[in-house]
Amino acid sequence: MIRMSESAGSTQDREAVASPVGPSQQAANAARDSDTVAVERTLAGERDAFRVLVERHSQQLFRLAYRMTGNEHDAEEVVQEAFLRAYRNLGQFGSRANFGTWAYRIAANYAIDRMRQKRNEDARRKTPSAQAEEPEQDPLDLLPDEKPTPDRLATNSELRKKMEEALKGLSSSERTAFVMRHWEGCAIEEIAAVLKSTTSAAKNTVFRSVQKLRRALEPYVGVRGVMQAKAAGATPDSTGTEL
Amino acid sequence: MKHFSEEELIAYYEGELTQREAITAHLTACTACRTELERIEAVLHALDNLPVPERGADYGRAVWQQIAPRLPEKAGRGWRAWFEPRRLVAIGAVAAVVVAAFIAGRWTKPAPDTGTPAASAAQVRERILVVAVGDHLGKSEMVLMELANAAPNSSGQKHINIAAEQKRAEDLLDANRLYRETAEHDGDAALASVLDDLERVLLDVAHSPDELTPAKLEALQKRIEAHGILFKVRVVGKELEEKQNTTNSAPAKTDSETKERNKA
Repeated sequence: MIRMSESAGSTQDREAVASPVGPSQQAANAARDSDTVAVERTLAGERDAFRVLVERHSQQLFRLAYRMTGNEHDAEEVVQEAFLRAYRNLGQFGSRANFGTWAYRIAANYAIDRMRQKRNEDARRKTPSAQAEEPEQDPLDLLPDEKPTPDRLATNSELRKKMEEALKGLSSSERTAFVMRHWEGCAIEEIAAVLKSTTSAAKNTVFRSVQKLRRALEPYVGVRGVMQAKAAGATPDSTGTEL
Repeated sequence: MKHFSEEELIAYYEGELTQREAITAHLTACTACRTELERIEAVLHALDNLPVPERGADYGRAVWQQIAPRLPEKAGRGWRAWFEPRRLVAIGAVAAVVVAAFIAGRWTKPAPDTGTPAASAAQVRERILVVAVGDHLGKSEMVLMELANAAPNSSGQKHINIAAEQKRAEDLLDANRLYRETAEHDGDAALASVLDDLERVLLDVAHSPDELTPAKLEALQKRIEAHGILFKVRVVGKELEEKQNTTNSAPAKTDSETKERNKA
């Protein structure tokens, strides 16, 4: 089931969101019931009933699409296309399922196609000489003078660029798995369904994506953890052989 | 002390329940693993701060306004769509033509020679197919012509809506399949080949997005052009039209005549 949180938080936050109790769950159930009614009315020929679904789920789909594509224009196109496809295939949607989850899956699938298409186009356009011209940057140049905090780091435009590049460096499956798991808090089964893979393969893709991001970004942001550990007198095993 | 792997620590961070208690207990005692987890967290926390552009409260309404003109009149009903009256009528009409042609064909087959009854049955059968396929090709030609001539208006239109042409292409596909199969069954390879090409183009149109950018429209037009389908449809259509005019008086084509045409 998809969690509809605004952003990813700590592990504790994840566990709190996962527990199906409280008024937020009641609100989610009410929204789902109202989604079901809107779907039935749309299928009965009331085209305007679909508007309720579009207005309710657009923000969530945009957030997913933006994180997957990394581009506002593409994300908006993904949102629109996802709703158009949902409308055209509404008959295939089981009314007992959750419309939000279903539309989310359509958007994720379309975003994957779009990312692959763009990647192929970019690969065709990019010449080896153009790749060689990209300047190497010293990681130390990106470190701010004062103690870095995540907020400060994200406002550092160079670092932000590095993070965007690291995300671009992921394959479309890895980026999808990372976005769905880390930012959207989706279950592994949900990710496996979108990637059309087994749950163990999906788990592995999530791991691979985090590992790649870590390798790419740790020179710029991993300093803080190491510094803290040193201050505490720890001797971290950076080789990772035993970890 | 046995440490946990990077994969296990990432899974732990992402809320995985397997080994959760064991890892939590280990982290309180093991500085190395705690440091490793902190390093993972540092990267992921930094990524969490990558902003997502804000969309205002009325974003949903804006999306609706964008897509509403592109929505078909009725939502897709999956397999239920096959039972819609409009589609049932179209399928029924095509099926009737095919059945009539098939029965006429069966009636002619047992005849050893091209005797009078068999010849007239073949004429009836051919006339039915000629009229139906001619009509079908005419409709297809119109759709393709409209697409071939579509262009963005002078005010720099960013998207061209082809939903209407798409809908018609989708409707023509069912009929096209049946005519192609009938032509193959009859050994009319020339007609079957044109219908096969036409089917590919109709499928391409039906599966394109409703709204195309000028570049995408141009690409679609080039694909249509590459098949040379408009020319083929016109030639076969014309041929069928001429045949329609002469079928009443002329005898039915013999097998050798059909073979000659296929060769050509």
